[in-house]
Amino acid sequence: MKTLKRPRNLSATGFLLIVTIGLFVLMYAAGMLAFSGQGFAKPQMFLNLFISNAGLIVISCGMTLVMITGGIDISVGSVTALVCMVVAYQMERNGASAFTAILFALGIGLAFGIVQGFLVAYLDIQPFIVSLAGLFFGRGMTAIVSTDMISIKNETFLAWAKYQIYLPFGSTNKKGIYQPAYIYPTVIVALLVVLFIFILLRYTKFGRKVYAIGGNQQSALMMGLNVRRTKFEAYLLDGFLAGLGGFLFALNSCAGFVEQAKGLEMDAISSSVIGGTLLSGGVGNPIGTLFGVLIKGTISSLITTQGTLSSWWVRIALSALLCFFIVLQSIITSRKQKQR
Amino acid sequence: MPEAKLTSPGQKKPLWRRIAGHHLFLPLLCLIVVLLSNLIKTPDFFAITIQNGMLRGYVIDVVNRASELVILAVGMTLVTAASGGQDISVGAVMAVSAAVCCQMLSGGEVSVTTFSNPLILAVLAALLASALCGAFNGFLVAKMHIQPMVATLILYTAGRGIAQLVTNGQITYVRVDAYKMWGSALPGLLFPVPVFFAIAVVLIVSLVLKKTALGLYIESVGINGNASRLVGLNGTKIKWITYIICGILAGIAGFVSSARIYSADANNIGLNLEMDAILAVALGGNILGGGKFSLAGSVIGAYTIQALTTTLYAMNVSSDQLPVYKAVVVIIIVVLQSPTAQKLIATQRLHHAANRIARQTGGDNT
Repeated sequence: MKTLKRPRNLSATGFLLIVTIGLFVLMYAAGMLAFSGQGFAKPQMFLNLFISNAGLIVISCGMTLVMITGGIDISVGSVTALVCMVVAYQMERNGASAFTAILFALGIGLAFGIVQGFLVAYLDIQPFIVSLAGLFFGRGMTAIVSTDMISIKNETFLAWAKYQIYLPFGSTNKKGIYQPAYIYPTVIVALLVVLFIFILLRYTKFGRKVYAIGGNQQSALMMGLNVRRTKFEAYLLDGFLAGLGGFLFALNSCAGFVEQAKGLEMDAISSSVIGGTLLSGGVGNPIGTLFGVLIKGTISSLITTQGTLSSWWVRIALSALLCFFIVLQSIITSRKQKQR
Repeated sequence: MPEAKLTSPGQKKPLWRRIAGHHLFLPLLCLIVVLLSNLIKTPDFFAITIQNGMLRGYVIDVVNRASELVILAVGMTLVTAASGGQDISVGAVMAVSAAVCCQMLSGGEVSVTTFSNPLILAVLAALLASALCGAFNGFLVAKMHIQPMVATLILYTAGRGIAQLVTNGQITYVRVDAYKMWGSALPGLLFPVPVFFAIAVVLIVSLVLKKTALGLYIESVGINGNASRLVGLNGTKIKWITYIICGILAGIAGFVSSARIYSADANNIGLNLEMDAILAVALGGNILGGGKFSLAGSVIGAYTIQALTTTLYAMNVSSDQLPVYKAVVVIIIVVLQSPTAQKLIATQRLHHAANRIARQTGGDNT
């Protein structure tokens, strides 16, 4: 069987992607010029963007996938909190090993994916409402597991979390000692996920089906695609990635508490949108999403390095950017409709 | 369906069937079940006493605490009906309104014991700020044709930041009795003041909807935007108006809730209340995809949620664990409302009707 043709709206995708990457380069260059004294020009600073956002990258990839089908998943922040809490609780209070913890994390993600996917795909309930319930449920379950703040002290887990992989370049510090740049294993996992989703969406039958459904569900159905099944699979994968992302998040924070990862879903959505995913579905790309996350990371490190601005400026700047991209998308979509 | 033909003329449906078929039956039933379930654990749940000229009791507490939610649910119902989506920024808009109001009253100080500006000016400024927020949401939804939840996501994320900006990141206290009374009690009134705010909002909005054609316009735009455009309705304007109303109502709710704690806590005022408001609309039997709406249903829904919250607190469920039960309720409601379930119920009804006709015609022939 032949693979499906690529959709014709790739030009819109390309344009949005270029805007995103351009914006990131511009912002980072501005940061390097303004704060070169505070180490913004060091390669480690750049890698820290990946290190602190590895979980978000994975979660945003799942979000992008769901958004391409025309849906949304706002439960990911709660799933992350639940995963962190369960992982911490199982290892610290029940003496589970770090490997069992991975299984717990992925299992929670899959369970959310199955239930939400079933409700959205087979019962035709609005994705927003379904995942709203998921958001409530996840956060509440986290509190039911424990309301304490549990920090993780499991040795295997900490060894994974703090294992530094050195890269063949680096910088010299103030005393003139050479320090190689390093990343954590989480970064490699995150980048592999981006690559996997990229290949999945671009070169497999499943990926082309996802785009077709997001572009026009009715025509996809007419073409004989199994819309319900594909949607279900997309939500399943999204749930799995939320579980995995949650685990990476736990590796970064090494703790579990109720208020963790609050608002992460909004970060994931805005990263996808800034990365060029159309909210109406049918257009999107994990590479763009990766840059969306990096832009978000750059904004927050610019504002923390600057020092005098308070942390809520991160939110305001991010929303302004989100607004800009949403309006840009709206203009692109309406122009495309006029061309038809 | 030729429903009228199925019941022969002159023979009315039995009373219980007419009651059960009413659109407010299920929401009311939910509310009553939730309230009655309290009797198991707290037998004196319905007891009401008078202290210092004020009514006190669990039920009064539910009615009092639900006030902000009722106000928000009214706005959310209109937005849902007209645009087929929800405004998730109302909680953040409440924070903005509270921040503007308290900042005007305190004149920039952290804590004051006298007003720096007249109260009416501060309230007007707060309502103006929240109307602006609503107008911004309305612009994105109505003019730019962006999905409501995503358009309002912008203010949802930024709103609390803006509120922090207004109050310079502090919690502004207004320790003035003339301000506190709006959130607590007025001498001579049996009920707390917020209750009257809720009643007034519901009355005014429903009067406006009844006396003008706005209610009809909102429904027709929500049911079929294209068709209502063809009959000459300006859908953009109507949607925009609903978002502005929703913003102003969120502003009123913000004022009430800041008067309760006589301060502007940008991080906590109206936190997660947008989710409760959406839930209230759904509980009231309104379709979240827009179209026909029932204000009374949403109001009952809002009281049900507050009753549920109070009940769970009474059962020693901590506030952190509360969302789990709310999530279960949401899922049950939306599954019952879902097209698949509705189709199942409809086929069941059709079967019943067909059986009855078969029996009747069979009887006529013999």
